[in-house]
Amino acid sequence: MSNALLEVRNLSVDFHTARGTVHAVRDVSWSINRGETLAVLGESGSGKSVSASAVMNILDIPPAQIIAGEIYFEGQNLLAMSNEQRRAINGKRIAMIFQDPLSHLNPVYPVGWQIAEMMTAHGRPMSEARARTLDLLNRVGIPEPHNAVGKYPHQFSGGQRQRLMIAMALALKPDILIADEPTTALDVTIQADVLALLKQLQAETGMGLVLITHDLGVVAEIADRVVVMSQGQIVEQGSVRDVYHAPQHAYTQKLIGSAPGKGQIKTLEPDLPLLLEAKALCKTYGRFTALKDVSLTLARGQSLAVVGESGSGKSTLARAILRLETADSGAAFWKGQDLLAMSPSALLGVRRQIQMVFQDPTQSLNPRMSVYQLISEGWDIHRLMPDRNQRQMRVRELLEQVGLSAEHASRYPHQFSGGQRQRIAIARALALEPELIICDEAVSALDVSIQAQVIALLDDLRERLGISFLFIAHDLGVVRDFADTVIVMKAGEIVERGPTEQIFSAPSHPYTQRLLAAALDPDPDVQAQRRLLATAQA
Amino acid sequence: MTKLISQRAIASLLSLLGLLVLVFFLSRLTGDPAALFLPIDASEEMKAQFRALNGLDLPLLEQFGRYVWDFLHLDFGQSLRKARPAIEVVLEAYAWTLPLALITMTLVVIASIVLGALAAFNVGGFFDRLVSIVSLVAASAPDFWIAIVAIVIFAINLSWLPTSGVGTPWHWILPIAVLFIRPFGLIVQVVRGSMLGALSAPYVKTARAKGVRNLPIIFVHTLRNAMLPVITVIGDQAAAMLNGAVIVETIFGFPGIGKLMIDSILQRDFNVVLAAIMVTAIAIFLMNILIDIAYGLLDPRIRH
Repeated sequence: MSNALLEVRNLSVDFHTARGTVHAVRDVSWSINRGETLAVLGESGSGKSVSASAVMNILDIPPAQIIAGEIYFEGQNLLAMSNEQRRAINGKRIAMIFQDPLSHLNPVYPVGWQIAEMMTAHGRPMSEARARTLDLLNRVGIPEPHNAVGKYPHQFSGGQRQRLMIAMALALKPDILIADEPTTALDVTIQADVLALLKQLQAETGMGLVLITHDLGVVAEIADRVVVMSQGQIVEQGSVRDVYHAPQHAYTQKLIGSAPGKGQIKTLEPDLPLLLEAKALCKTYGRFTALKDVSLTLARGQSLAVVGESGSGKSTLARAILRLETADSGAAFWKGQDLLAMSPSALLGVRRQIQMVFQDPTQSLNPRMSVYQLISEGWDIHRLMPDRNQRQMRVRELLEQVGLSAEHASRYPHQFSGGQRQRIAIARALALEPELIICDEAVSALDVSIQAQVIALLDDLRERLGISFLFIAHDLGVVRDFADTVIVMKAGEIVERGPTEQIFSAPSHPYTQRLLAAALDPDPDVQAQRRLLATAQA
Repeated sequence: MTKLISQRAIASLLSLLGLLVLVFFLSRLTGDPAALFLPIDASEEMKAQFRALNGLDLPLLEQFGRYVWDFLHLDFGQSLRKARPAIEVVLEAYAWTLPLALITMTLVVIASIVLGALAAFNVGGFFDRLVSIVSLVAASAPDFWIAIVAIVIFAINLSWLPTSGVGTPWHWILPIAVLFIRPFGLIVQVVRGSMLGALSAPYVKTARAKGVRNLPIIFVHTLRNAMLPVITVIGDQAAAMLNGAVIVETIFGFPGIGKLMIDSILQRDFNVVLAAIMVTAIAIFLMNILIDIAYGLLDPRIRH
């Protein structure tokens, strides 16, 4: 028995699925004390959330089955306790917050009630719970708490929802807070706020914080120790600084090596022929302004990044250029032709030349079509390449070009991993030999190691085939690695534009400066320095 | 919310008008009431007199105009059989059908929600399997057969309950029990399915991580979210019952709207048929508005 407040010891969990038994975690051990912050770092499918779910007794059993191991809390084995005993610990002694607060808050009850329930479920009287709810909302920075308690989750913004979750989790001053990807769905500036709030609250209450994340930057910003997980096993653990600077395991090395934002910055070659030009595009939805006077130019072979937080109008811009959305005013020219006044048949021709790759390949690829059908569908639409043999050969070529192999053609999207699916989506776009590919958050949903591979692939295509890219992203590291020119958007307007080098080294607009400051560096020392600087400035 | 409900109300009113037109003309296609109503050896003179008395000799459009005018005054004319205002006859029958439907649906809703929710919570367990089998049998059992078998067992063999008619509370037990079975089986299955989905929702994880007990997780957190599809089916079943349970009412000699309707159709008692259909339509119209309000009350996202 160790002295740690919470200790997971040699935990192994299996998932029994229709496709056989999956060893979700194998022999996982970690521990945490009050006041500490432990990060559990891993990519999707690494089993990083499983041990925390086992601590909270929220694994679905079946299909999950705890094969071996113990979980000690104050020296008592949680796994040997009755459900009622564990229920009494949940929320009161160990609390948890989750990645997507919108779906983790109950949509049909007011948030005030949901926070108060944390207290009433553990025997506090309703009157006390109500009063404390107001205090908590105040503490986590929700404006007008008296008003807010009666509102429903959908009436708050993403960052506010996570604050509400935090208020709820901390209602009973737990000894340990488990945070499962608490900032993954949030914009960078909001992420910075939420992480700062978590740190403040930890300092006030002295709780232990277990942070489950895939993001090296978050680890660097907030954690003391880190546990690195891969394929259900802990491959490495230690202090954050040691692990970052001297990773022992090959997987950790690869993970750190693929963190974006470290590569050589590209510069735009001069005198490239103009491909696309947008002039003063405007678009409003009711009272909401999605685009306001947006102008841009894009040359052949250029990779132009559009950066901004959610709701800044990045995707609307892409949709307006493709005429998937009709702009209210403004003009757009594709190789000098007026895009917005084009006849439907001419537009069809242009659409072949401009292809799009979307954020979530699981949703953008039709699950009932084979890879061959997905890739060749564009040829049917544009009446190209009628010869079957020629088609099969070309599909094979394309698959190899994106790093897949020929025998993948007959498979279906669900048989691939997320990164492979995005490669299929890219192969689909390439099939029509486009001159411009619009990537709408095309690598956001991918794990960093896969993200790095996909970025390398896109870069290779740009160099070899001279394809231009309009690269919409919120992740500045990825943008820095891929783009030669950057446009920063906020609330439908372009606030700053310039070569990547200039935007990253000398941002002039305060918003760009804020974005860059909020972006987290995977190096714990860099983050520590920035924190010092920020406090000194404050 | 008010906007949503008024939109729905206007749409329903339009369909009510459509129904008014459709029913009038369709009912004129089923044969001459004079030929059916009067004795077989009635003279042409008697028939003409009968038609004149009931306005059946007027041009069809004029009959229709009169009918619409009367409808707006809720005057459906006289029942040809009973020589009383049709609306009176219909409302009298409704006074029987309404409590029957209300009591049955209340029991159905309570029983199916409780059993369906508990079954979903113990999915795969003994209780779940039991509920699944019972609900499947209930949902597929033909009510005319159940009604007759129930009469044989409980009224004839055991002599516990009266065979048919009304008068004492005992008379209500068999009709309610037989009417209960099918909607119960159906709604239990919908509740179970909907609850299964809702129980795996992320907010249930949050509730468990908060240390909320199982019963509030099922009946407070999950059920309200799971109720939306259930409400739709409840509305559907309730509408069927307001229409009158023709078979059950006929078998048990229950003087409700279903029995009245089938009797009036067989007797070509147009005015009563029309009155019954329009009153039923109004009842269903009101119930749909109730359902829309229930949606809004259950889900704040619809309200805002």
